[in-house]
Parts: sequence; structure tokens; C-alpha cells
Amino acid sequence: MNEISKIETTLKDWETDQEVRWCPGCGDYAILKAVQRTMPMIGGSPANTVFVSGIGCSSRFPYYMETYGFHTIHGRAPAVATGVKLANPELDVWIITGDGDALSIGGNHTMHVLRRNLNCQIMLFNNEIYGLTKGQYSPTSREGTNSPSTPYGSVDHPASPCAFALGSGARFVARGIDINKNLPDVLMAAHAHKGAAFIEIFQNCIVYNKDVFEDFAAKKTAAATQLWLANGEPMLFEKGAKGIALDQDKMALKVVDVVDGDWQAAGVLRHDVTNRSTAHMLVELQFGAFPMPLGVIYDDPKPTFETAVVAQNEAIAANKKPDLQALVSKGQTWTVTEDGPDL
Amino acid sequence: MASAAQEAGNEEEALDSVVVRFAGDSGDGMQLTGGQFTLSTALAGNDLATFPDFPAEIRAPQGTLFGVSAFQINFGSRAIHTAGDQPDVLVAMNPAALKVNVDSLKAGGLIIADSGEFGKRNLDKAKYENNPLEDDSLAKWQLLAFDISALTLEAVKPFGLGNKEALRCKNMWTLGLALWMFDRDRQPIVDWLTSKFAKKPEIAQANIAALNAGHAYGETAELSGPVKQAALPAAPANPGLYRTVNGAEALSLGLVAGSQMANLPMFFGGYPITPASAILHHLSRLKEYGVTTFQAEDEIAAIASAIGASYAGTLGVTSSSGPGIALKGEAMGLAIMTELPLVIVNSQRGGPSTGLPTKTEQSDLYQAVYGRNGDAPMPVISARSPSDAFECAIEAVRIATQYMTPVMLLTDGYIANAAEPWLVPDMSDYTEFPVEHMTQAQAGGFMPYGRDEKLARPWVKPGTPELMHRIGGIEKGLDTGHIDYGSDNHQQMTDIRRDKVLGVANSIGDQEVALGQAGGKLALIGWGSTYGPIHQAVNRCREKGMDVSHIHLRYIWPMPKNLGELLKSYDHVIVPEMNMGQLKTLLRDQYLVDAKPLNKVSGQPFTIAEIETAIAEALS
Repeated sequence: MNEISKIETTLKDWETDQEVRWCPGCGDYAILKAVQRTMPMIGGSPANTVFVSGIGCSSRFPYYMETYGFHTIHGRAPAVATGVKLANPELDVWIITGDGDALSIGGNHTMHVLRRNLNCQIMLFNNEIYGLTKGQYSPTSREGTNSPSTPYGSVDHPASPCAFALGSGARFVARGIDINKNLPDVLMAAHAHKGAAFIEIFQNCIVYNKDVFEDFAAKKTAAATQLWLANGEPMLFEKGAKGIALDQDKMALKVVDVVDGDWQAAGVLRHDVTNRSTAHMLVELQFGAFPMPLGVIYDDPKPTFETAVVAQNEAIAANKKPDLQALVSKGQTWTVTEDGPDL
Repeated sequence: MASAAQEAGNEEEALDSVVVRFAGDSGDGMQLTGGQFTLSTALAGNDLATFPDFPAEIRAPQGTLFGVSAFQINFGSRAIHTAGDQPDVLVAMNPAALKVNVDSLKAGGLIIADSGEFGKRNLDKAKYENNPLEDDSLAKWQLLAFDISALTLEAVKPFGLGNKEALRCKNMWTLGLALWMFDRDRQPIVDWLTSKFAKKPEIAQANIAALNAGHAYGETAELSGPVKQAALPAAPANPGLYRTVNGAEALSLGLVAGSQMANLPMFFGGYPITPASAILHHLSRLKEYGVTTFQAEDEIAAIASAIGASYAGTLGVTSSSGPGIALKGEAMGLAIMTELPLVIVNSQRGGPSTGLPTKTEQSDLYQAVYGRNGDAPMPVISARSPSDAFECAIEAVRIATQYMTPVMLLTDGYIANAAEPWLVPDMSDYTEFPVEHMTQAQAGGFMPYGRDEKLARPWVKPGTPELMHRIGGIEKGLDTGHIDYGSDNHQQMTDIRRDKVLGVANSIGDQEVALGQAGGKLALIGWGSTYGPIHQAVNRCREKGMDVSHIHLRYIWPMPKNLGELLKSYDHVIVPEMNMGQLKTLLRDQYLVDAKPLNKVSGQPFTIAEIETAIAEALS
């Protein structure tokens, strides 16, 4: 985000008059509300905010935000957003994308927007399915997913969005769940991060991939299945009865029991959002043997792309005086008079 | 410079124009030699045109036929329109260069060959059984062979270079000889070498010594017959300040000038591709003119980022060549749908697919006019020469910003690389077209897709209070810009997009006849870089009394309003194009005229003679 004056708004100020056209019960509704709830909290200005999306169910999002919005083409939102931000670094740019949009057709742009570290928020709505095109398996679908294009089950291995983001050089990686009340906190942390902030949001497609995340998203089992990360706090779950520790022999994370709340004795790690090695291990954890790590996994800012571009533009321009006539007259010239060349 | 030779009086031969072709190995520095010879020729006041012709490989294996790199220049004391059909002089730095180029040399023309390179190994590589310098296979030309390699080594000896480095000075030795032949000043080259090798003065000194040695060789050695110092008086030209310019640079300068006239910063998104990269290189050095350049991750990101920048209120520009333009197709549709200004430059090359990356062709006209999904009209304009690229770039910016539309600007590999003298424009002669972004809603409420008299929608920068709105690639509702799949709405919006682009014709004036007159037996209508050969061929035929005129299109889409009537005023119409008949199709479709194609896709420009033959046949 930018150091701009905070503005007083309410949730209503961020709603458009457009009819929301997602399927009834879609997780996108919850995400939309979470964003509309977050914007007043961060003191954003609707006129200074731009939502840029690609193609897919999630990418309809900009139409429902009373801000500037650009619903672009499949996979290209990061590239369009890069142009927007370079043209006007003062704008608060949010990229809305899905698993197919960001990791399949637009995988290249996702990689580069993260690598360059454009100051923006990237919300990837992961529902592990192509919803808008009626249910084909996606790059995050698990092996064996039955879909119209894989009637006998998919055979390819899924991509892990957060591992992809970290591998691409992301300096902020977080996870959230569509219906979880913590989502605005995750979004606020993403917004507070200067640079490309990557947020994977597990989103329930109730029509084509209903409850695919139920194993860890269900509220009643959440205590045992969700590992909520907080900077400086021990990595505990199951109401403090279990924690995450380092298995030094295997150089891998392991689940340990915590007796009488003495997590230090159990060797439970304190979460350090600036530790890139731990972040790599956390995003690689296999759900089942481990709980699902959620919240801010990694947050360690470094200089942003648009700042560097603007700084170089200004530094170079500072030493030169623009003079169009001089520019077109550059190089070795000669003059022709009425009598011929004057040499 | 020229005056010294003029005083020498009858010793020189009076010439009208001369075509010289420098040919050698890719690593011999022929493009450099040609470029410097061009500069000295321009400074002598001659008109000129050049044709760099080089292989796609960066360092093709030495001595091979496919590794030959050539640079042709046509210069003279009259107006020069092409790089010349047939060279008068061929400089061949090795057997392969001789073999590839000798057949295009005019009968009686002069071959200057480096005999030092005609050993068995190089002869084998060039597939010569016998040394052509020693048998009579070159009898129809004048041959001058001497050991340039040895002479160069001798000349640079005092500077203690290694053998390899010393031989690199060969091209300067050759240039020195060429400068002597045409009475050119060495000083600009000396200055250039001194500054180029400022950090390696011994290399600069060695090159200058080679240059001087070549020059002295021409002056003092007992060269018989063929090499005579030839002075070409300066060509008549309009008074003013001149410089040389190639198309890529002129186009870049035009984009900068256009953005200044529109009072907008420019954002250029590009991805490296031959021959378009030169524009990215030029613009990346012009930051003080409000230019931001972005080397994107691919062609799609290049155009998408430019669209994003236009959305944010700056002038978005992207550039590529055919294959990259194909990748940008979907995003062009987005720019059309969202009605944002955008300039797309296509430096055409031989296709399809990877095709002939370093050779020239005009075969992307269909792609420019038709190459998108849906009814997706877009203005298309084309530059006819390096200096015309400057004017066309300004024009592309004007149309894009005034009509809120993407505009395709066509140039080609020939224009991009070729150089010509340029009468430096007086920037105060241009009419500015400053853009005003909308900051307040129209009377009656904000309509993101409301229209002005040109049917252009308002351009609102994000960040503007109270005018928040959403745009995208889904069909827009009339005026409101909301998503609207309605059937009547789609018809209406499609009509508006068509009419808006057709309306550009109201701002471009009538099509003029470049040479000749409206009405008559025959018109040749061309576009792009075929201007030179068509113009010269029509000129020659008219001098012979033939009734033929030359029309040259800048506006491919929409076309000037009088064009149909103009074409129908001739008995016959021929369309010379470096493709298989694309403008021909467009003209037949638009005007039902019996336009006849004249096509060439050999990777080489038309020769004047080819077009003269077609004219003669059509009129016989």
C-alpha cells in the first residue's frame, strides 16, 4: 500500500449497484464481503483503488466493488496491473485471479509480477476447478479428479500456489479461507506489506467442486486441522495440545504433542514471518499428516518494482533537459542552403 | 570535402549515382563499414538509400555462404529512392561474399576483392573449385584483387595488436579505400573511432591507421584503370538542417513527439524480437521525455501492460513483429472493447511462423486489418520510408488519443534498418493535440461509454474522485458501460465501434497522387517500403512518355474517402506488394476495382526494373 491519507468509509461505500451474479452459496460472496469489510479498516479511498482481474468466476469481482476496476483477459491481470501501477504508482492495486487464471494460462505473468515485486495485492481464489467453463479439472486439482475433461480421473500432479509464489520470489505469502472470520486480518496484513502480496484463498465452488476443502475448512474440526500462524507466536494447534517442531535429523517439520502447555519443552517453533526457509517448509506441508498452515506464512519486504523504475526514470531525467527540437536534431548534421550544401 | 575534388576538374568522372555493396563474413564488420560510409556520404550532401542484408545467425560459421553479411548503398547527386537494383561496385572480403553477391553486379561493374582471403580453405567453404580471381570466370566485370589482409597487418603493425585483432581492422582499410574512391572526408570516421574506442586508444589508433592506409593505397598505389576517384556533386535538396536516420529511430522519435503533442507521458511495453527491438532500445534511453519502458515477460504482457498504462491515463505503446503481433491479438480486442488509446507497432518480417526474421516483407496487412476475433475494427497506417515513420508515429498517437482506439502502425525490416537523409523537422510546425482526461461527470450523470462528436468515449484516470467505473472485455451497455449481453445492445455497440473507426477518415484528408495525375491508363498503388522502387519505376516510365501514375497509401484502414473514385479513374490498377496480394484483396473488396497484383516475397525489396517491366507489360 502507499502512504496516502486514510479515508473514512463504511462497507456500503464499497458496494456497487450491480447485481452480483455468482451461484447462490458460492464462496465468492464471503470473499467479496470480507474485502468490502477490510477496505474501511485500511482507510482506503475508493477513487484511488483499482481492482484488476483476469477471466473466471472470481474475475467478475471488480464489477461489485465501487472502485476503479478492469476485468481483463484470461491470465493477463498481473501484466495489466503492472502497466497500471507503473503509470501511476499512487494507485492501490488489487489483482483478483483464480487457480486456472493465475497458474495455468497466466502462470508466466504470476511468476513475473512476484519476481519483480510490484506493490499490489494478489488474491488467488483457489477452488481447484474451472467453474466458469463448467467444471473441468484445474492445475490445482488433486490427482484423480473426475471432471468433464477427465472422466476417468485426472492423472497429473497439482501445483501448490503458495510454493509456486515463494519459488517465484514472493516476499509475502498468506493463506485464508473464504468463510473464515480471519480473512480480513489476512487481507489487512497483505495490504500493509509493501510489495507483491500473494494470498491464496480456499474458495468453495458449491456447484463443481463442493466442499473439496471440507477436511480442513469445516468449523467443527478446525481446531485440529487448521494451523493459524502469527508472527512471534508458537506454531500451535488443537487448542495448544499440539505444535510444529523441527526434526533436525530429517531437516523437516514434524508434529509434536505439547504437555501442560509447555510448548518450549516440546520444541515447538515460534513463527518468524521473515524466515524464508521455514516458509518453504510450511507451504510444502502435506495436509493430513499435518494441519493446514493458514494466515501470514511469509512477510519480508524488499524494494518494489515501481519504486525502482520511477527512481531510475527520475535519476536519469534529472541530469537531462528534455528538448524535442534538440532530440530530433541529434547526430551528425549538415545544412543545405539555397545554393546547395553548406559543408 | 567535395570542393577539393571539384577543383581537381577533369580527373574525375561525372556520375549521377552509384551503388556500392560491401560484402563479407558476418564477423567482418560490413554493417559497420556500410554505416560509416553512409554517414560520410550524407555529410557530402548526396542523397542516399541503404539496404542492410544480414543473416539471422549472430555469428554464422566463418567463410560460409550463409554467413555472408552485406550492406548496399545507393547515393548520388539526384534524388535517390531505392538502395539500387544492381551494384556498380562490389567489395568482397572473402570468396563466399563474392559468390553470393557477384551475380547481382552490373555488367562491367567493379569487384574489389581481398585476395588474402582466397586460400583453399575459404574457396572450399564457398564451394569454388578454382580461384575465381585467377581464372576468367569474372571476365564480364572489372576485377581489382589485392591482399587487403596483408596490407592491413602492415598498416597496424606499430600498434602491437595480436593477429586476430589486427585483422579486425580490415574493414576500416576497405572503408578508407572506398572513401578515397568517392572523395569522402575521413574526419567524421576518425572522430567516431576515437570516441568509440576512447578506453582503448591503441585500437582506435590502429583502426585509424588502417583507414588512412586504405585511403593512401587508393591515392598512391599504381592502380590501373578501374579505380578512379569519382566525385558526386551534392544532390539538390530543400534547404534546411539534415541528418541521417533509420526507421527504428525515426519511429521512436515520432512516438516521443506524438506523446508530447498529446501532452501525455508514454509507457512502452516491449519484448525482444527482430527487427522490432531497436524501438525498445531507442526509447529506453529517452526517460527525460516522460518515457517509461518495460521489457515484459512475453509479447502478451507487453501489450497488456501498455493497455493497463493507457487505462491509468498515460499513452500505452507496444511494438513487435509478426509472430509477436499474433500473440497480442486477444489483447488488441480488449483495447478495442474497452476503447482505450494504444499504439501497436508492427515491424514486419518474412512469415509465416518464424519465417525470415532478418528479411523484409509486407505480409501482415491481413493480420493488421482483419486478424482478431469478432468484428474488431482498428485503424491501420503504414510508413513508407525511415523519415516517414516519424510522421506516421505522430499520426498514430493522434488517432489513438483522439478516437480512443488502438492503432496499428506498420513498418518493416527494411524501413527499420535502412538509413536516409532526413530534413530535420521544425517541431513548431506541428499542431498539438493535447488530451484532456475527464474529471467531472457529463451533464445528466457520468456515462463511461458516453460519446463525443467523434464517437470517442471519455478517458477517466483511476484516482479521479467520483468517477469510479468498471471496464472489461465483456460487451458493454450503451453509454453506461455495464455488462450487457442484450442482442440489440451488441448490434448497437458493434455499429458504434465500426462507425467510430470509419470516422477517422474524416480527419485524414483526400488521397493524393504521389506522381502523375488522377485519371489515365494505369495507376500503381502501393503502401509501405515499396515507395522507392514504385516511385522510381513510374518516374522512368513517365520520362519515356507512358501514361502511368503512382499512388501511395498511408491509411490502410480506414482508407481516404476519395480512394475508390480515384482508383476508378484509371483504366488499369496494379498493386505491387511484398506479399501475395493483400492490399489487392482489400481494394477489390472495398471498391470492386479490378486491381491486379504484382507480388514478391523473396526477402529482397522490389527492383525498379521489375516494376518497370510490369508497367510496360500492362501498357502494351
